[in-house]
Amino acid sequence: MTDATAPPPSAPGPFHVRGALKEAGLAAFVMLGLSLALIGARIDDVSGGLAVRWRPFDVLAAVVVAFLGRLGLAFLRAGRPAPVALASGLSCAALAPLLAVSATGGGAADWARTALPFSGFAVNVLVLVVVVVLALRAGLAWRFGARAGARARAGAPGAETMDRLASVARRAAVHAVPVLLLAAVLFPFLPFADRRILDIAILVVTYVMLGWGLNIVVGLAGLLDLGYVAFYAVGAYAYALLATEMGLGFWLCLPFAGVMAALAGVLLGFPVLRLRGDYLAIVTLGFGEMIRIVLLNWYEVTNGPDGISGIPKPTFFGLPFVRSPPEGTESFHTFFGLAYAPIDRIVFLYYVILAMALITNQFTLRIRKLPVGRAWEALREDETASRSLGINPRNTKLTAFGIGAMFAGFAGSFFATRQGFISPESFVFIESAVILAIVVLGGMGSQVGVVLAAVLLIGLPEIFRDLQEFRMLAFGATMVLIMTWRPRGLLAHREPTIRLSGKGAVRR
Amino acid sequence: MTTAPDTTEPARPFSPPQRPLLDVEHLTMRFGGLVAVDDVSFAAAPGDITAIIGPNGAGKTTVFNCLTGFYRPSVGRLALRGNGREYLLERMECHDIARAGMARTFQSIRLFPRMSAFENLVVAQHNKLMRASGYTVFGLLGTRSYAEAEAGAVELARYWLEKIGLVDRADDDAGNLAYGQQRRLEIARAMCTEPLLLCLDEPAAGLNPRESAELEELLLFVRERHDVGILLIEHDMSVVMKISDRIVVLDHGRKIADGTPAAVRGAPAVIRAYLGEADGADTDTHTRADTRRDAGMGA
Amino acid sequence: MLGTFEYFVDQAINGITLGAIYGLIAIGYTLVYGIVGMINFAHGEIFMIGAFVSIIAFLTLGFLGLTWVPLALLLVLVATMLLTAVYGWALERFAYRPLRRSPRLAALITAIGMSIFLQNYVQLLQGARNKPLQQVIGGGFEIMREGDYVVTLSYLQIFILLLTVVLMAVFTLVIGRTALGREQRACEQDRDMASLLGVNVDRTISLTFVMGAVLASVAGLVFLLNYGVIDFYIGFLAGIKAFTAAVLGGIGSVPGAMLGGLLIGLIEALWSGYFTVEYKDVAAFSILVLVLIFRPTGLLGTPDVEKV
Repeated sequence: MTDATAPPPSAPGPFHVRGALKEAGLAAFVMLGLSLALIGARIDDVSGGLAVRWRPFDVLAAVVVAFLGRLGLAFLRAGRPAPVALASGLSCAALAPLLAVSATGGGAADWARTALPFSGFAVNVLVLVVVVVLALRAGLAWRFGARAGARARAGAPGAETMDRLASVARRAAVHAVPVLLLAAVLFPFLPFADRRILDIAILVVTYVMLGWGLNIVVGLAGLLDLGYVAFYAVGAYAYALLATEMGLGFWLCLPFAGVMAALAGVLLGFPVLRLRGDYLAIVTLGFGEMIRIVLLNWYEVTNGPDGISGIPKPTFFGLPFVRSPPEGTESFHTFFGLAYAPIDRIVFLYYVILAMALITNQFTLRIRKLPVGRAWEALREDETASRSLGINPRNTKLTAFGIGAMFAGFAGSFFATRQGFISPESFVFIESAVILAIVVLGGMGSQVGVVLAAVLLIGLPEIFRDLQEFRMLAFGATMVLIMTWRPRGLLAHREPTIRLSGKGAVRR
Repeated sequence: MTTAPDTTEPARPFSPPQRPLLDVEHLTMRFGGLVAVDDVSFAAAPGDITAIIGPNGAGKTTVFNCLTGFYRPSVGRLALRGNGREYLLERMECHDIARAGMARTFQSIRLFPRMSAFENLVVAQHNKLMRASGYTVFGLLGTRSYAEAEAGAVELARYWLEKIGLVDRADDDAGNLAYGQQRRLEIARAMCTEPLLLCLDEPAAGLNPRESAELEELLLFVRERHDVGILLIEHDMSVVMKISDRIVVLDHGRKIADGTPAAVRGAPAVIRAYLGEADGADTDTHTRADTRRDAGMGA
Repeated sequence: MLGTFEYFVDQAINGITLGAIYGLIAIGYTLVYGIVGMINFAHGEIFMIGAFVSIIAFLTLGFLGLTWVPLALLLVLVATMLLTAVYGWALERFAYRPLRRSPRLAALITAIGMSIFLQNYVQLLQGARNKPLQQVIGGGFEIMREGDYVVTLSYLQIFILLLTVVLMAVFTLVIGRTALGREQRACEQDRDMASLLGVNVDRTISLTFVMGAVLASVAGLVFLLNYGVIDFYIGFLAGIKAFTAAVLGGIGSVPGAMLGGLLIGLIEALWSGYFTVEYKDVAAFSILVLVLIFRPTGLLGTPDVEKV
């Protein structure tokens, strides 16, 4: 099973059919265990209780697919791609049309559905994807011989491609960053940027900002924070309450929301930041849950699960985005003499969050090169050595925690103003996990990596929103696949904060 | 109790003109029932290299950890003097001790492996730069005063990189340097904190003879050109005997000898400690000579 | 009534039952943490899968007409242990093994990813609605009475406690006395050295995950019997509580996990009984934070002395 036992890539090598069959049988057996209960039986509600609907053919299909798949893999690893390519190619040819027909409707569809291995449409799609991948790999190995086969064996095809890409991206960064920036600024005016796309873009940029904020805590200071969403919530509620109770505007409340979140960060961090690694992780997770529970139950202030609605929208220097401003006041379009367009407000929101995110980025890039930023990284690398150099670990960690929380607070108040409504439901653990995943998948400490990961994790699933129920399934699977493929993240690279020689060196 | 009666008096009388840089009085460290350091007293003079030697488990590193604040001593008074002040180390936090002017290296090298060698040296100047950056505020604003302070820090780092011969590798990750280079870099990093007292925990461990010689040179240079005392734990007796001004010998947590290299070399208690508790004073000449050779104490 | 001893006993019994569930799950966390040093975030989902396998097994037996409770319980227990163990094995084999030499955060993110995946996998296959099961073990006997207030110890609670105690005893023996346990402890200390000395590290780690999954599946069964209703989301909260229990007891320590589970269960039940149900989780987490401030490695964890 391990790669070490695989024959050298140059020759097809000896191939033990019996061994391969044994492995395949084992895989089939495991699949039987996995599928017997959860796939083979579906619990249905019937009048007066539950009933089980049996799906033995799904189990059978799963077992057969596992057997053949494992066998195919064994053939591939032994450098014999030809039969695999043929078999998987044929299955593709059979499956794809069946799937297409089954999606249509009518008598033919019914017939196609019976012929397909699984009863669920999505499972069939999944099987097709697996078969296609297998066919491609086998086909490549067959066509290009050993080298492609060796790469397939290494288990990470394209890993080095990504490394190359990362280094190219690094070198190109000087040119790429302005281009990306320009693209981000011009985005609302691109032809395809309709309201839906813009909404997705706003969401993505919000997560980019959160990722950049958390990157200070996790990427730079090395503090594993699983409750980051708590500070996002504090910012959101701080703004929502100030706005609805005291009638203050967004821009006035924004700094205050940030300060509140930072304060929460410092207060929560103070007693626990000396805890190491995973202990800190569980405590921060606990804090995240605690804040959510308080929001949920403190009716007098937070209105409990019903949340706060009617949160005012931000204004453009005092000009609201409304069709008909109250008598004697002006709104954005009347002031500039434009026709009223509802999308103006969305575009404005997009620019607000873009500006906030870019400020976060600038701040991070800058503070990284200051003593406090270097101390964060030193603490991440070796706390003991840092202390021996006179770095106060608690204060230094607290600044990281507080500053990270502050940016979450800013992002939170933006979230509140954009939604107009907030409730504790928006601040669940999974949000913290998603933000952390963006930071880690992007490559710890990499600012561009965060953007890439946010687009992948937030943008793509939003675009495929129609596949609602599979969205989170695919989300989880994507996290696992990216991590196994590139454990250090997509663009893991650390640039020194200061150089003695070469480009960007200090002047003598 | 503190000093075994048979310790030979130091040949060069130890009476520095000013009060000693470091005073250790009655230092005792207990871990549960185990007494790792038992009532040890010694002093280190400014500009001297003071070595602490002793067999494995003698409590040398524990003394260091008490001095640098990683352990809180059970009993004892540890005073560091300099800049016209006296610091009572036993009451201070680790990072405050470092600020007071105590720098150290570690037995197992503790660099910041994923930061460049150059960055390692700049991080060491943290407190100076923090003040200059107005605790980050001026730094974020990019004021001139901070830029000047940073330039100064860069110069100091460059100076030490030149000293340890790592200018070419300055921008490489510290974790990718060769072992001997890492040892030197760690010493340079400690020196970048501009300390009063530099504590080195087995700096020659794992070095080949050439690297060992380079290290000796570096230490002598530090003593010569920088106003700093050096406290040294070392197993390599050839290094210790060559460069130390004064040697403190520990065994089973107690001080058994204290004096110049020449004095310590001949002390029977020291020889006994290195030989083991064989027959005490009856040790025959042959064995004694072997011991000296093994311990690198031979002439 | 709130002030009576009987009320306290009643709440304590509830707390101990809950604590048994947390303890069973917590052992899985602690074993895996000890051997591979990662927080197996998907462990809560294994517990949830155990509960689902149990309910399917019960319904199947009902469908087959098997109604004699002791036999049904035994069959369900065996089925859920076996089938859930496969999930534990597969989780390690396909999600974690490829990352064994990677940064710890990568493993954590993978675990969170697997947790999300498994939750949605079960939701897709079994639907999002609650799955109620009618009472399997009914009845009990009265142990105290204060006026109208009767404290009963149900047969179900007795069954749960017995099952938990037996399982914990068996697993303590396995870890303490068998070759497998010795190999596990060897891998905990130094995986490379253990491998050099002929310990099959892959197999040992796999078996650790299987053990954790078996215990979690029993917790799932117990949860189903005790509360009578499950959904695809129960793994999350139970997992977090159990992890809290493991940390509270000192992660890496099996007795610590049991103690932590018991404590968290008791805190929750007593807090709900005397104060407010809503804030029971806050109480549990607060206790955790307090304990960690004073004992940074948990109640029974070995304090890590800083080696410099």
